Amino acid sequence: MSLTYGVYGGRYVPETLIPALDELEATWAELRDDESFRAELHHLGTTYAGRPTPLTRVERFAPEQRMYLKREDLMHTGAHKLNNALGQAVIARRLGKTRIIAETGAGQHGVATATVCARFGLECIVYMGSEDMRRQAPNVERMNLLGAEVRPVEFGTRTLKEATSEAIRDWIANVDTTYYLIGSCVGPAPYPEIVRELQRVIGREAREQILQLEGRLPETVVACVGGGSNAIGMFYDFIPDEDVRLIGVEAAGAASLGTGRPGVLHGARSSLLADEDGQIMDAHSISAGLDYPGVGPEHAQLRDTGRAEYLPCTDDEALAAFHRLCETEGIVPALESSHALARALDCDVELVLVCLSGRGDKDLAEVLDYESDSGTEPDSSTST
Amino acid sequence: MSTQPEKLESDSQNESGSKVLVVYLMAMPDTPELAQAAVEAGADIIEIGFPFSDPLADGPVIRRAGERALAAGMRTARCLEVLAETRARVSVPLILMTYASIFDAHGWERLEREARAAGATSFIVVDLPADVRPELRRVQLVAPTSTDARLKLAATSTDGWLYLVTVTGTTGVRPELAPSLAPLAERARAVTDVPLYAGFGISTPEHARAAAELVDGIAVGSRAVEAAQEGPAELARFVGSLRGALDALAVA
Repeated sequence: MSLTYGVYGGRYVPETLIPALDELEATWAELRDDESFRAELHHLGTTYAGRPTPLTRVERFAPEQRMYLKREDLMHTGAHKLNNALGQAVIARRLGKTRIIAETGAGQHGVATATVCARFGLECIVYMGSEDMRRQAPNVERMNLLGAEVRPVEFGTRTLKEATSEAIRDWIANVDTTYYLIGSCVGPAPYPEIVRELQRVIGREAREQILQLEGRLPETVVACVGGGSNAIGMFYDFIPDEDVRLIGVEAAGAASLGTGRPGVLHGARSSLLADEDGQIMDAHSISAGLDYPGVGPEHAQLRDTGRAEYLPCTDDEALAAFHRLCETEGIVPALESSHALARALDCDVELVLVCLSGRGDKDLAEVLDYESDSGTEPDSSTST
Repeated sequence: MSTQPEKLESDSQNESGSKVLVVYLMAMPDTPELAQAAVEAGADIIEIGFPFSDPLADGPVIRRAGERALAAGMRTARCLEVLAETRARVSVPLILMTYASIFDAHGWERLEREARAAGATSFIVVDLPADVRPELRRVQLVAPTSTDARLKLAATSTDGWLYLVTVTGTTGVRPELAPSLAPLAERARAVTDVPLYAGFGISTPEHARAAAELVDGIAVGSRAVEAAQEGPAELARFVGSLRGALDALAVA
């Protein structure tokens, strides 16, 4: 197992956590190729989570292209996050942990974690920035309904960065009993690999599906990138297909890969929004799930090697794509996924595959607020 | 500039043969004055924290102190100046304590070189495990969760003394000394002869005395940072109370 991705990754955590990471690494090494583990995940995926998710051709949204959406929004709980939460809950049970903690930004990972904890009878505590609790109120209510305790994080930017720090502090204090169910392909090794392997199902299915539907591979695969879990899951099985262009789309105000520099945050070295002294800077995005100054270390490596490209998308561009998909296809996308949709429309290629990582019900209040504040209401019929 | 101790070990026991007292201060413009007050009141070693925006191992007191320091412009270059100004006032070992991100951004070798030139005796990098970057000679931390193999690894690579984190948790004031210190000290003693100093959650003379029964020294962070915010006189009073508790133990 690799603990690093080129010059990125690793384990930058206090000593207190190292033995727990060693234990997790050893357990993961056994499980990742274990037939019974895979069978359990497959069973949960097909009988509980709604896998496989379909590919949907969106002719009205993208009349100039053959664009397909990988419909992770149709997963139980409404986003790809459940792939990871289910898998890690199985790992936590094998480790004998009964208390689960998680961080959440948009609330989708928090909801997925609360869901699997309810399903398996595990105690669940979710750390969430108070600003994100305001932006994503419906998801807070869902987590409470599922029996999770949502702990507001009231310092710093009150968003995902601080929620993650606070979850790690809880883990340091309760490491004997607690499993940290991290929500993206970030954090100390072996988490980035675990999350990638659990999300790989997205790209594995999508690759088979598009071959079946079109008889060929797409020219371009597009996914949004906050921490980067839906993107790494979507990209991974296409990496050996050298002719397939991989495009990650970051929020313009949170472009850890586009405008970041190497640094250390939340246990790993990666590309970050940081200043020249290594102080982490604030990210800004209308989408709480992309509002994070870091990114998974494997994405930083994919950028450096040139295998994937990472493009920015502004709040307004994402909103225009959001409205356009609603009105042309009857699908309400998550604001996170709307970033991928916006850049996918720009791709001057015929066959393009986009990961629709989640549904946008949670975002309605935020969209209406933003548009009434800014006085803009993007008219999707005239936007591209 | 005062003489810098050649080796950390030389100061691991102070002149009276009493237990060693380590005091943490967040780097601020008034740190030199505060460090001098702490040393005059009986501190044997000063840790100077270079603030980091996302301090995973720190509880609320040091986290807020770090936020204030950053707001006051305490970036790496300014912190190095404060380190040099502190060195000009005190001759005890000075330890630069920070997070990996600060080293990574400044350059690992460059920050080590510049800090030593400014008077740093050693380093503590809270989120850098003992097996990573062994070329940076530093004080290693071990925790109640550390396996015996990791205790041995940290002890063999540590710079002068081993920092025993008393709790599974972050820095911060706690009502009682953690019961996990005794078994950790016992396990550490079994694998190494280096001095053992305990920190995290030691905030009162009673804690100091109880911890010093088990180890060779103590490190005080959050409560010292709080006292330092009240000024040098309050810091000196607090450090003096810890010194008194440790010295009483030596006499008893």
